[in-house]
Amino acid sequence: MYKKGIYKIVSNEPLTPAVYRMVLEGDTQYITHSGQFINIELEGKFLRRPISVADYDDNTITIIYKVVGSGTEQMRQMAVGTKLDVLTGLGNGFSTENEAQRPLLVGGGVGVPPMYNLCKRLLAEGKRPTIIVGFNTAAEVFYVEEFKALGVDVHVTTADGSQGIKGFVTDAIREAAIEFDYLYTCGPLPMLKALYDATATPAEFSFEERMGCGFGACMGCSCKTKYGYKRICKDGPVLKREEIIW
Amino acid sequence: MVKHFDTSVELCGVKLNNPVIPASGTFGFGREFVEYYDLDCLGAISFKGTTRDARFGNPTPRIAECTSGLINSVGLQNPGIDKVIAEELPNLRNIFHNPIVANISGFSLEEYEECCAKIDKEEQVEIIEVNVSCPNVHNGGMSFGTQPESAAEVTRRVKAVTTKPVFIKLSPNVTDIVAIARACEEAGADGICLINTLLGMRIDTVRRKPVIANKMGGFSGDAIFPVAVRMVYQVANACNIPVMGCGGVSSASDVIEMMMAGATAVQVGAANLKNPYAAKEIIEALPQEMERLGIERLRDIIGIVK
Repeated sequence: MYKKGIYKIVSNEPLTPAVYRMVLEGDTQYITHSGQFINIELEGKFLRRPISVADYDDNTITIIYKVVGSGTEQMRQMAVGTKLDVLTGLGNGFSTENEAQRPLLVGGGVGVPPMYNLCKRLLAEGKRPTIIVGFNTAAEVFYVEEFKALGVDVHVTTADGSQGIKGFVTDAIREAAIEFDYLYTCGPLPMLKALYDATATPAEFSFEERMGCGFGACMGCSCKTKYGYKRICKDGPVLKREEIIW
Repeated sequence: MVKHFDTSVELCGVKLNNPVIPASGTFGFGREFVEYYDLDCLGAISFKGTTRDARFGNPTPRIAECTSGLINSVGLQNPGIDKVIAEELPNLRNIFHNPIVANISGFSLEEYEECCAKIDKEEQVEIIEVNVSCPNVHNGGMSFGTQPESAAEVTRRVKAVTTKPVFIKLSPNVTDIVAIARACEEAGADGICLINTLLGMRIDTVRRKPVIANKMGGFSGDAIFPVAVRMVYQVANACNIPVMGCGGVSSASDVIEMMMAGATAVQVGAANLKNPYAAKEIIEALPQEMERLGIERLRDIIGIVK
């Protein structure tokens, strides 16, 4: 179930020079799973902007977005109190209905945000998650303290070695000898593929695709899976290991 | 006293409570929208373009944003006619109780014939809309709709195997829309639907590559509305069969403008993708707009502009 509503910006602040966190106030009842996304209407833009939900509670939604184009630049400049037309509860999100007790969460860049609510959810279910966050360089790193505050092991990797383990998230799995029985991940496609190849546990991968509507109508973001054609926006963005065709 | 505004229209004997029809390819088979609102407010629904075989369509990215519109290159992704009849049509009938327009596409005359003959047998379908104008597939779709002779040939072949009203959906990517529409009328078409999308292209200037994997795609949205109004006007004035107007409609005012140009019914396309409630909101705004313009019966204004 998903709905359109009006949401008020209660904060909009930088986490890094390019990455911002926005908190929206409004109806959150249609968000049911970590890893779902919302689709925001912006003045002067024909298409909405799909942004993953980093966290939510009874009346707020937290999103974390990177300023990459004119739409996200518009969002960056929005003042507290601005009202936005938003579709919520979009996408399938991650499933936590499994037997795994030691899930590994891996976020790359702006793939990190959906891991936050997922981590909270897994902890609430009594599981013991570990998180790896991967970035290009120290200046881009965000949310390490927030994850630490949840009381989980956080491993940071940077491609240039300026913070944490030098290299990629797969290097962190090896170097820190992380033991896990389930994998959840969101990030750039090469990272997802590298994790797919480097791990063998059951796993869920959150994919990105250029979308039209964001709610399954236009078939703009279709992909082929072993279980047939799927829409990233509606049947995804999360696909299970066994169904993925790279 | 609350004044009654009559929004009903009739398309080849098919009565519609109002002229607003979600356009094919922007509304799937209704499943996604019924989660947002009761579909029975819609005049009719034109379902996703259907071909003989199931199709995945084109590679992604398939979408490019534009000023006041978008380009899509979906490439007729659909489950194929048999699955549409077995699964989608019964489900659509369950969630929607007004007329259904079956949008049929093809890559050969035989395919159009076969699919139209099959869908003609389905009592849930009131109107058949033959798409000879998809810009996103090779050797099909649009190539039939860009010449009067081939558009007429598709029309003749489809009419020979069907009993329901047949509308031919035309492409705007032609030099003489009137000649093509007339050829369809002479070949027996019961109506014309226009326009499909305009062939367009966007380039990612950072990557120096087309935004869309297939390079080009169909441009739709508010930006194409004046082109649609012009073509509806031309065709409605040149033909004696009803026209379904389509292209960039996003308000009740647009619906009325397109009807004044000559459309008997009006399809809403890209607007549904931006706002899932678009068609419903347009219908709800019609009486107020009619009052403002002094219109009591919507059908009285069809083609009123000469």
